[in-house]
Amino acid sequence: MSDTILELSGIHTDIAQYHILQGVDLVVPRGGVTMLLGRNGVGKTTTLRTIIGHWQAKTGNLRFNGEDITATPTPSRARAGMGFVPEDMGIFSDLTVEENMILAAVSGPLDSVRMERILTAFPPLRTFWRSEAGNLSGGQKQMLSIARVMAEERQLYLIDEPTKGLAPAIISTMVGALRDLKKEGASILLVEQNFAVAKALGDTAAIMDDGRIVWAGPMAELAGDAGLQERLMGLSMEAH
Amino acid sequence: MAAAPDHAPKISRLSAGQSAAKAMPLLLVPVLVLLGYLSIGSTSSWLTLTVSGLAMGMMIFIMASGLTLVFGLMDVINFGHGAFISVGAYVGISALIALETWTGASSLLLNVAAVLAAVAAAMCATAMLGWGFERVIVRPVYGAHLKQILVTVGGLIVIEQLIQVVWGPDEIFFTRPETLKGAFTFAGAAIEKYRLLAVVFGLVLFVTMRLVLKRTKIGLIVRAGVQNGEMVQALGYKLRLVFIGVFIAGSALAGLGGVMWGLYQEVITAGMGEQMMILVFIVVIIGGLGSVEGAFIGALLVGLLQNYVAFLEPKLALISNIALMTAILMWRPQGMMPVVKAK
Repeated sequence: MSDTILELSGIHTDIAQYHILQGVDLVVPRGGVTMLLGRNGVGKTTTLRTIIGHWQAKTGNLRFNGEDITATPTPSRARAGMGFVPEDMGIFSDLTVEENMILAAVSGPLDSVRMERILTAFPPLRTFWRSEAGNLSGGQKQMLSIARVMAEERQLYLIDEPTKGLAPAIISTMVGALRDLKKEGASILLVEQNFAVAKALGDTAAIMDDGRIVWAGPMAELAGDAGLQERLMGLSMEAH
Repeated sequence: MAAAPDHAPKISRLSAGQSAAKAMPLLLVPVLVLLGYLSIGSTSSWLTLTVSGLAMGMMIFIMASGLTLVFGLMDVINFGHGAFISVGAYVGISALIALETWTGASSLLLNVAAVLAAVAAAMCATAMLGWGFERVIVRPVYGAHLKQILVTVGGLIVIEQLIQVVWGPDEIFFTRPETLKGAFTFAGAAIEKYRLLAVVFGLVLFVTMRLVLKRTKIGLIVRAGVQNGEMVQALGYKLRLVFIGVFIAGSALAGLGGVMWGLYQEVITAGMGEQMMILVFIVVIIGGLGSVEGAFIGALLVGLLQNYVAFLEPKLALISNIALMTAILMWRPQGMMPVVKAK
């Protein structure tokens, strides 16, 4: 099996009249966490949405497990092993927590052992199991969105800013959950603005600017080079 | 896996005012029935009008339920839905006329068998028509509302003309099966047998639809798809197939509604579906886009109000439903129980 799970070559994506992705080249290694970093508005979310198929790449090539999936529709990409957590969490607010989880188990009933592990990690979901998801707090909704993508084993997790707007205590829970996924051997492509989280989780990193990847390498190298962070991401030392 | 920080989460209880506001749409039907009783004065007249209004409401609900899901799931405005009502009525009533020996017999069993055969024929025909309509007319205009309106209205006109080609331009009069004719007296009120049957049938259908939507996986996918289709697809479900299924089921239900409406009126015309679409759209809008429960309550309100007003002030009957829609939209601009927000 190849060491690369996902490869983007020269991906261009337009949204209406806007040319957002302008030739993205990205390699996501199998196993471990790849951080996708960059300033606001550089195309990180569009990259994830192009990978899952919500936006269609205008040109370029997308390979998942060596297969060309550039023209593959979203449901087939998901069934091939991609899990997606969007920036807005994508919770079905009129459905209960239980119904959200049942839907996430695409291939059959919920696995009870797996569910027990998820509910142990996110106790509020057990408390509100039969409540409408729309009544949950922001942190609880984020827990549900992560729990949902974990309901079945996936090969690649695409997660967009899971810690956005959350309290530090909830962030540490999220980091713990993602770290456990990583331990299980999952491959994760994570968009994150919180550099402390990126440092804690990332194995490799790619930095975007103006719709392109402008730097890619080991996370440790980026974490240890303040000048690189400042130059490519506009991070000042106060952010650390 | 590390557990989330220990805290005692709870969802605060709604205040009495909030609970009342949430339950208000559910109270509208009993309140209207009570107001009707107080305004009409005569118990027997009120009872007759109430059963008539409920029967009319149930039939409108049957026609509207598919349309609201189509609206919600794929954001498609289908003015061609009226064509399914007309085609359903023509196919179903033709089947009934062909089964004259069954409908003319005074056996309840034979009469019901004839009606069921007519319903099955109508639903099969409109399901197939719906499948073709989605492929040929709706699919090329996804995401383009103006084009949707133009082509679906065009489709409606073409199908109405085709009905006239096949069945002729004149309206078709007929009589109901023997045992469904006439009325019985209850508490001094004359209650038509067919209207009571329509009420029971509508209730059974509503309960069945709710069970399917709430208790089955396909129902969950439909409800989730109405809220966030993109996310349903990202989970791995082929929403397009679900939508085609809902479109076909909605078309079949419109056909069923057409047969029932035809039996109610005892006359059918090629334009009957188009005429009903005004009420159907009112019901979908006041119910809230994508909401089957909202459409049910809206349909009952429309049916009851039209009957009460026609009795109390016949000249106002025509505008009563528009007035109802205006009042509800001023109160709740997204409709009573919206699942998707109007754009």
